[in-house]
Amino acid sequence: MSRSHRQEGPDRLYVITSGRSTGADESLDAVTLIVAESEPAPGMQSEHAEILRMCGSGPMAVVEISAHLRLPVAVVRILLTDLLDSGRVTARHPRPAPSPATPLASPDVLEKVLVALHNL
Amino acid sequence: MHSTTSEPPAPDAAPVPLLATAEQALKIAVVGGFGVGKTTLVRSVSEIRPLNTEETMTRAGDGVDDLDGVEAKRSTTVAFDFGRITLDATSVLYVFGAPGQERFWFLWDRLFSGALGAVVLVDTRRLADSFYAIDRLEAQGTPFVVAHNDFGESSHGLDEVRSALDLDPGVPLVRCDARERDSAKQVLIALVRHVRSLVTEGSR
Repeated sequence: MSRSHRQEGPDRLYVITSGRSTGADESLDAVTLIVAESEPAPGMQSEHAEILRMCGSGPMAVVEISAHLRLPVAVVRILLTDLLDSGRVTARHPRPAPSPATPLASPDVLEKVLVALHNL
Repeated sequence: MHSTTSEPPAPDAAPVPLLATAEQALKIAVVGGFGVGKTTLVRSVSEIRPLNTEETMTRAGDGVDDLDGVEAKRSTTVAFDFGRITLDATSVLYVFGAPGQERFWFLWDRLFSGALGAVVLVDTRRLADSFYAIDRLEAQGTPFVVAHNDFGESSHGLDEVRSALDLDPGVPLVRCDARERDSAKQVLIALVRHVRSLVTEGSR
């Protein structure tokens, strides 16, 4: 195994989130796309700066940020909430996702996925 | 010889941003037991090297999914990997590979909520690993197909697999070789077609 947050103690995660384990924006889905709206600024927490760099050249999903930062998704949600609150990033949420009430995607979406898969 | 163990995470791959116009992300979950080929399938269809990360959650003891009123909480971590397929200028599909056993499921409820559907990947040596996933998907009404990954060495008929899994006749069962891009792609196509047929039935 390469280096991974799995081998790291909880202390680093505690420092990164300033001890928070809650308070993340609950609307942040695993595949919400994040777009940087500003450049990293001096003095910024390094993880925040890294996210801004990562999302500066195009949108990136929450899980991808998590994988590249090697931080659990829950921790990344907290970091992203900080950046959303300060307007440094914006989020493109998945549109009306299938839910228990309406568990099936729309025919348009399915058709689009089928065409793209056929062309893979 | 094919490997049946999970693969180590890829060494640091540079982030590959999406198209600037990407705004809609979709997801498909691939669940199954360890070593059944989930990562392999994800890699076969993904436009990026599969990435690996983890989700953590503070939860109650084993077998308890309800977080209300719990006394002894503990933190649980589950690793998963994923790849992605750009569908068009605005849409991207994420394909998640995740262990399907009961003790992991409470995390998938969150990670995979809103998924188009799921693929249950099985191999005949470990069919039992998929029982819980199938029950769970049926119970929550998530559309799914079952893919028998035989790594190109079919020894069991699909009828046998269907009967061993006690699979509802309405659930598609396909054979695949997860290493082959076209075969892996056909599994995803089977899932999306299945969802489409359910949509059509529902609107009748």
